[in-house]
Amino acid sequence: MDSGNAVFFSRVLTEVTLTFHIIYATIGVGIPLMIMIAQWVGIKKNDEHYILLARRLARGFVITVAVGVVTGTAIGLQLSLLWPNFMQLAGNVIALPLFMETFAFFFEAIFLGIYLYTWDRFENQKKHLLLLIPVAIGASMSAVFITIVNAFMNAPQGFDVVNGQLVNIQPILAMLNPAMPTKVGHVLVTAYMTSAFVLAAIAAFRMLKGSPHLYHKKSLFLYMKLGLVFSLASLLIGDFSAKYLVKYQPEKLAAAEWHFETDKGASLILFGVTDGENIKYAIKVPYALSILAHNNPFAEVTGLNEFPRDETPPLYIHYLFDTMVMIGTFMIVLSAVYVFGKYKNWNFISSRWFRWLIVAGGPLTVIALEAGWWLAEVGRQPWILYKYMKVAEAATTSEHVDLMLVLFCLLYLILGIGSIVVLGRMFRKNPIEQEIADREAEKGGDFT
Amino acid sequence: MNLEILGISVLWLFLFGYVIIASIDFGAGFFNAYSLLTGRQHILTHIIQRYLSPVWEITNVFLVFFFVGIVGFFPRTAFYYGTTLLVPVSIGIILLAIRGSYYAFESYGSRGHKGYSFMYGAAGLVIPAALSVVLTISEGGFISMKKGQPVLDYWALFTSPFTWSIVVLAISAVLFISAVFLTWYADKAKDEGATRLLRKFALIWAGPLAVSVIGIMVELRKHNPTHFDRMVDVWYLLVISAVMFLITVRLIWKRSNYGTALALLVGQFAFAFFAYGVSHYPYLLYPHLTLYDSFTNEAMAIALVIAFILGFCLLIPSLYLVLKLFLFDKDYVRGKEKNHV
Ligand code: HDD
Ligand code: HEM
Ligand code: HEM
Repeated sequence: MDSGNAVFFSRVLTEVTLTFHIIYATIGVGIPLMIMIAQWVGIKKNDEHYILLARRLARGFVITVAVGVVTGTAIGLQLSLLWPNFMQLAGNVIALPLFMETFAFFFEAIFLGIYLYTWDRFENQKKHLLLLIPVAIGASMSAVFITIVNAFMNAPQGFDVVNGQLVNIQPILAMLNPAMPTKVGHVLVTAYMTSAFVLAAIAAFRMLKGSPHLYHKKSLFLYMKLGLVFSLASLLIGDFSAKYLVKYQPEKLAAAEWHFETDKGASLILFGVTDGENIKYAIKVPYALSILAHNNPFAEVTGLNEFPRDETPPLYIHYLFDTMVMIGTFMIVLSAVYVFGKYKNWNFISSRWFRWLIVAGGPLTVIALEAGWWLAEVGRQPWILYKYMKVAEAATTSEHVDLMLVLFCLLYLILGIGSIVVLGRMFRKNPIEQEIADREAEKGGDFT
Repeated sequence: MNLEILGISVLWLFLFGYVIIASIDFGAGFFNAYSLLTGRQHILTHIIQRYLSPVWEITNVFLVFFFVGIVGFFPRTAFYYGTTLLVPVSIGIILLAIRGSYYAFESYGSRGHKGYSFMYGAAGLVIPAALSVVLTISEGGFISMKKGQPVLDYWALFTSPFTWSIVVLAISAVLFISAVFLTWYADKAKDEGATRLLRKFALIWAGPLAVSVIGIMVELRKHNPTHFDRMVDVWYLLVISAVMFLITVRLIWKRSNYGTALALLVGQFAFAFFAYGVSHYPYLLYPHLTLYDSFTNEAMAIALVIAFILGFCLLIPSLYLVLKLFLFDKDYVRGKEKNHV
């Protein structure tokens, strides 16, 4: 295997690992918050259903965390194994947030262990809920820190290069790079959004499968409300992200929008196909790109032709951008209709077809999440460290990456199937009706 | 003390933490599989589930801390070790991943599949073997530079008796540490059957441990005389370690003071581990890489140290809480409470 192949297989292995990890990681970031809200509502309203919801979620969460942790360990080591040249360089400047991330993991892992093993140990339920706060903070902080690393790759700063040497290194400045605020914000709210819609989808699915229990109704309504809030936030911060791109990585936005010539009053292009610079079958929204980029319909937007050919990302990221934005918009509409309809007592939101739409919303949001990451990462190509180091220069020279790729693919297959099977079995063996009955028996009647 | 030494000491300390906690975990899996095989099932299963389930994720973070920290403090290690270790470390990750996730799948999801228990037990021995190869490689002689890139010579590595003596050490250390800890834990849990069985394991594995240590000293002398000489310079650390080992074995033999035996065991490994580390100084990868030429810049080093101190202040009380709840809480240890989610 020559070194070109090593680069290729390293890319594929990184893509596979991250694409897999990010599903479990995102759930890992969002679910603790969702459990916390459910348990809090339960304590507030003194409603056993919400407490049970929190408890059942926590049980399922154990499984997704496990896969998140082991795949995270894999990607953490793979960064050094597959991109040694990059880590050698980046380690000098951006090691700080990576290191801080491990403390966030520690914090999360410790309190998660305690939380899981202390149900019913406290007289006062609120004390138990308090244990969940460090879990949620730890999980969100780990997302914050790793996203800062990723932001640094897009907008490196906090060092100078003099004669090929790194000098004048400022770790804090490197963390506070211009890509950081929008990236961190967008990643966090989309993680909460994804978790909320996945949970709503599960509740809707149970109802479709004939469990008319009040428990699922409460769960569905709670998570549709949360989903609405976080999807609106995602749209807002997504818009800020586009404005960041205009300023710092204009070729990424231009490629995502197939915007070839610099002009004023640029229109937004949805879907379509390109043949060179001819765009066919696309929907054009006049002035929308100028608004997205500058909040001004007549503003000038830089086109792709201003950049050297070998420094622009592949054009297919356009579809990734479209996928993400379409799904985001769809979920806002869906959840808004549901929440509004709930107050207005619209009947159709309880119909089967509407519930199926909610069920579809779960996987769709995960697809949006993947599309977003692929857009961000492929859109940075050919750079691994924007304007400083290309992906091809960063990769390992080891000869066995292809074999490792096969092994890791098998691993992810096992983990993916395993986690789904185990989760399914866990809830099927102990359905909610059963659990409510058990708890009533246990409590000897003082069930409210 | 300069920043380089401070950095490596902290990392070495966490690696030591990982070695001890992970050994308990790996060994427990093996003993469990073994007792299933010999028809004494479920003697150990309860102990394992009560002690190990709540902490497996924490164990993993110790490892993550070490590898993230070493790339942070010594970025050039990413280049040397990252390029050469692709295969052994990938195998280690895959096994860790299967083991860790099936842990959760099994303890929370479904129950008891025999084949799984055996795989789980076997993985507990293969992982330390795969990871210990990193220590072997750090002794030099297996990596050469070709066109400016480090290359690992697998043939030399796998035919060297030095490699295999370290593998034997890793495995017997895992089983010994685990058996001593679990003897103490089972005794505390007032589980006599388990205590008796584990005590026997502890005594059995003390033998191979002692033999492999001697074997390593002999091989090291041939393989890396510089390191061997520096090891001899710190002979007093090794003697303290050996004495602690003998007392541990004696206490277990006499069935008294399992708690003291456990403390001495940790001491024994701490002295040996640090004697090894100190004598390895200043090399991170003999003879290509030292602490000094791989060290990060000063600004980053200071930032990392500050982050470490702050993080540590957060960790200590939380770790204390875990120990209090799962290790020293009598009702929990005896399995009287069922508070699992
Ligand atoms: C549930 C997932 C999800 C949804 C519905 C959206 N996004 Fe997003 N988007 C992400 C999930 C995501 C992400 C996975 O979190 C990314 C990848 C990297 C990042 O920083 O965030 C991302 C990146 C990302 C970027 C690139 C940032 C960069 O490369 O630095 C832009 C411009 C947007 N988003 C804009 C939007 C807009 C205008 C949306 C309209 C609704 C939107 N996103 C919905
Ligand atoms: C290059 C990218 C990444 C690396 C190197 C990485 C590294 C890791 C590591 C080492 C772990 C295991 C920690 C442990 O032992 O507890 C982990 C788990 C985790 N990662 Fe990632 N990660 C990456 C991307 C992400 C992203 C983008 C997010 C969030 C948006 C994220 C969120 C998490 C969370 C929350 C966990 C804890 C496990 C869980 O709750 O599911 N990671 N990651
Ligand atoms: C320390 C942080 C990170 C490093 C060093 C890193 C490195 C890389 C590299 C080298 C590639 C290969 C580029 C290529 O395929 O051409 C890549 C691609 C990718 N990364 Fe990142 N990344 C980091 C953070 C993240 C995070 C946090 C995510 C989120 C999950 C992510 C998602 C992806 C995806 C989806 C790809 C595939 C895109 C492609 O084909 O190019 N990365 N990353």
